[in-house]
Amino acid sequence: MTNIHATAAQMADSLAKKEFSAVELTQAHLDRIAEVDGKVNAFLHVDSQGALSQAKSVDEKRAAGEKLSPLAGIPLALKDILAQEGVPTTAGSKILQGWRPPYDATVVAKLKAAGVVILGKTNMDEFAMGSSTENSAYGTTQNPWDLTRTPGGSSGGSAAAVAAFEAPLAIGTDTGGSIRQPAALTGIVGVKPTYGGVSRYGVVAYSSSLDQVGPFGRTVLDSALLHEAIAGHDERDSTSINAPVPQVVTAAKKLDVKGMKIGVIKELSGAGFQAGVSERINEALDLLVEAGAQIVEVSCPNFEYALAAYYLIAPSEASSNLARFDSMRYGLRVGDDGSKGAEEVMSITREAGFGKEVKRRIILGTYALSSGYYDAYYGSAQKVRTLVKQDFEKAFEKVDVLVSPVTPTTAFKIGEKSNDPVAMYLSDIATIPVNMAGIGGMSLPVGLAKEDGLPVGLQIMAPVMQDDRFYRVGGTLEAALLSKWGKPILSNAPELGGK
Amino acid sequence: MTLDYAGATAKYEPTLGLEVHVELNTKSKMFCSCATEFGAEPNTQTCPVCLGLPGALPVVNAKAIESSILIGLALNCSIAPYSRFARKNYFYPDMPKNFQTSQYDEPICVDGYLDVEIETDEGPQTFRVDIERVHMEEDTGKSLHVGGSTGRIHGAEYSLLDYNRAGIPLVEIVTRIVPGTGKYAPQVARAYVTELRDILRSLGVSDVKMEQGSLRCDANVSLAPIGSGKLGTRSETKNVNSLRSVERAVSGEIERQANRLEAGERIIQETRHFLEESGQTRPGRSKEQAEDYRYFPEPDLVPVTPDAKWIEELRTRIPEKPSVRRKRLQIEWNCPDKEMASLINAELLDVVEETIKLGAEPTRARTWWLGEISRLANEKEVAPTSLITAKDVAEIIALIVGGELTDKLARQVVEGVIAGEGSASVVIEKRGLKVVSDDSALMAAIDAAIAAQPDTADRVRGGNIPAAGALIGAVMKATGGAADAAKVRELLLKHLGQG
Amino acid sequence: MAAISRDDVAHLAKLARIEMTPDELDHMATELESILGAVKRVQEVATSDIAPTSHPLAIFNVFREDVVKPSLTNEQSLSGAPAKAEDRFKVPQILGEE
Repeated sequence: MTNIHATAAQMADSLAKKEFSAVELTQAHLDRIAEVDGKVNAFLHVDSQGALSQAKSVDEKRAAGEKLSPLAGIPLALKDILAQEGVPTTAGSKILQGWRPPYDATVVAKLKAAGVVILGKTNMDEFAMGSSTENSAYGTTQNPWDLTRTPGGSSGGSAAAVAAFEAPLAIGTDTGGSIRQPAALTGIVGVKPTYGGVSRYGVVAYSSSLDQVGPFGRTVLDSALLHEAIAGHDERDSTSINAPVPQVVTAAKKLDVKGMKIGVIKELSGAGFQAGVSERINEALDLLVEAGAQIVEVSCPNFEYALAAYYLIAPSEASSNLARFDSMRYGLRVGDDGSKGAEEVMSITREAGFGKEVKRRIILGTYALSSGYYDAYYGSAQKVRTLVKQDFEKAFEKVDVLVSPVTPTTAFKIGEKSNDPVAMYLSDIATIPVNMAGIGGMSLPVGLAKEDGLPVGLQIMAPVMQDDRFYRVGGTLEAALLSKWGKPILSNAPELGGK
Repeated sequence: MTLDYAGATAKYEPTLGLEVHVELNTKSKMFCSCATEFGAEPNTQTCPVCLGLPGALPVVNAKAIESSILIGLALNCSIAPYSRFARKNYFYPDMPKNFQTSQYDEPICVDGYLDVEIETDEGPQTFRVDIERVHMEEDTGKSLHVGGSTGRIHGAEYSLLDYNRAGIPLVEIVTRIVPGTGKYAPQVARAYVTELRDILRSLGVSDVKMEQGSLRCDANVSLAPIGSGKLGTRSETKNVNSLRSVERAVSGEIERQANRLEAGERIIQETRHFLEESGQTRPGRSKEQAEDYRYFPEPDLVPVTPDAKWIEELRTRIPEKPSVRRKRLQIEWNCPDKEMASLINAELLDVVEETIKLGAEPTRARTWWLGEISRLANEKEVAPTSLITAKDVAEIIALIVGGELTDKLARQVVEGVIAGEGSASVVIEKRGLKVVSDDSALMAAIDAAIAAQPDTADRVRGGNIPAAGALIGAVMKATGGAADAAKVRELLLKHLGQG
Repeated sequence: MAAISRDDVAHLAKLARIEMTPDELDHMATELESILGAVKRVQEVATSDIAPTSHPLAIFNVFREDVVKPSLTNEQSLSGAPAKAEDRFKVPQILGEE
């Protein structure tokens, strides 16, 4: 019998032992999607046919005795920001409605080659701009823990799909926290790899110097398995790192942090963080000390400027990246009644096709780059980026990993912050410095906040291309938490099934 | 009263500035692997990158970098140890990303110069044109306007876009302002573009065909009253598609501006278009406000930092400067100015040089290529070099000199080679073009000389070789000097048993 | 810091090719001003002695060989086109074309 509540590693094991087939496993997840996605709204497009045909091909290969990769036959939910040949790809925007890419993103090609079964495309904030999926042109995704709350964003659909057992694994992208924040808010593991660790080719660009693709899983090991499947140098991405992929699967299995130095970032703790969040974080740190790690407090004084710098750099790059959506070559075209010139149709289409937040950021970015303001805004933000990088470099001279809460609060109510952009931006305060410096970070569920019973995420950060370090710490802590409570944190989530 | 050109330059001092765009002849595009071949079916040399599809990323063509550095070195530039691409943001339907990936404040080559020589009233004079920068960028697609005149019904007019050209590598070469040319500004402009074209051709980095647009020139012209020490407002004339047009565009613009100034009007800083038929310029579409290109470093590409060793290696590949080579060859070949000019105009320098290297005597090599071969090529409306090789021509000349072919016979050989009958020797063999008849004619003259001077003939038979001079002189006299003296000597001595 | 006027936003919207309604321009001006108020604090620490970082990694000289690889077919290239004709993308007339 298939068990959709199992981990991806367990499913892979069962597939290898032929306890069930990949087609059965895929069908079970498609059934689960049919059952619960009406409530969660994690998926924008379910590709049942494609998924089953990929599963069938894996089963045939297995039957033929072919050597398969570790994740062959495992279903996965793909954030709708990655191009998949022939499958609708909207990036959560109306402007890309109906677009079916003629090519695969490198990550998608790698997943296909590994025999991973892509169930469909998941909801997201339009062009990854947002922290709640409320900016999607196709409705909000609900948090499986509490359907009145957001799952976070922008990769909220992917996180919710994994938390609601619609898929054991998912792919997200993280520009300022878009994997780690929803992972924290839905009680699963989410990783933003080192910038350049995973190819960005075929990922609809939001902010090129910050965007990074990463895995979601319900366990550290599952995330590591997916991380290794998608990582590695890509000659199609000039910013991809040409070096061996960190041994994250080995690290996830190590379960040992003896002698490791863990730095707590002073500026990302205490005031401004929900009490229940801080409490769980501190308990987790105690467990790490018990496991033999040493806790050190470090200071990163420039982090307080990171949020401001991010909201200049990302919109600036976005204003340029999103210029291509002009109705000439693909996507939506509005207002072409034969009387208007191309330029006018472009403007009308962009007005109609972009949501409010996207327009806000395009205008902000256009302003920050415009002559006379460049130095004061974009230029200054780049200098802050230097300072944030230096803060990390100094901190990592003293410690092996850094930790902080992922988010100031647990999952917030849908609509709570949607009319106050600046308040919404603040939910990324702890995750943004990682993107600014190009390092990697993990969100690990470490319990539920007392006040609201909602999941809390611990952020673990490591230097560039030392991603194995947070898998090592994450894996150890996950095991300690499991033995403390006797069951995974996610087992506390409400069962959404049943009519 | 309107000023003519002489009047204009008597009163105003022109200042030039030239921007030349060169399409590199790389096999693949600047940032993707699509072919660059001219004349392919529309939108068949296109891919996600050059169509600007969402998610696509650029990767720089190494050959384009190499060609750019070669150009910089040939123009005496410094090669920047660190240069970057930037995005130039503006919307245009033939530009797929709505930004052009270009170089802005960090170009690959800076601070060079090119000396050009022109004929002045006081004889040849050299002007130094300072090169400000050489930078890389990408070409746009091509648009085709369909539909009738104004007032047509709705929907009657539209444009069609072909992106085969989009992303073809371009190098832009920008001069500093060129002061002090006085009335020779048009000639200096032409000489500069000519010299630049020849250099680019000798480097083999571009097809440099102005008619096909692989070399395009924009000319900036401004005027100030002579002696004022000021710099006037400039106009930029685009679409200058031949060397002659460069000269005409500059002189036309000088006249136009002078007459505006005379009338008390201001010069508007604007883009103008050159009109081939009239030699005038007309204003381009005026923009409501100056474009703000919002340049910023291209985050999808990494910096270019060529190492010194590579640059030095490339430096060894810079050929002799075409103008220097021309002077050297002219002296070596003892070639009159007019004939040299003809060779250059007909683009026969290379093939004549090759013919001479293969042993042909310079005067004969020039005469054959400029004369008979060019005449035949003209008839067939093809390039002379497409008809016959330097090797065949050198062989034919050797046979003429050796007395085995007369000019008349040689023309038949050339005809045969062109007709495709084979190489020169094959044609001679097949057509039986031996110089038998001429030998017998000579022999008759020799016999006559011997008969007239029997004593001299005896002395030669007796071993007094210098005595043969009198006989040879007689033969030469008898043949009106048309015979080859060496040949006569050879036949004579042989006849008298001294050969 | 000068206040952001509706005209300022109108200029930005024009540069960004977004046809905004007057209401939207007013609203955006207010929002932009409030966001700029929050983000301008980058200027507090961005002194002239700090080098800007435009990219997180120090990678240089990433090139590809000048080799032609297959392109998309014409059909694939045009597959997403809102309109097409004669193997080309069909678009509203481009004004100001020379």
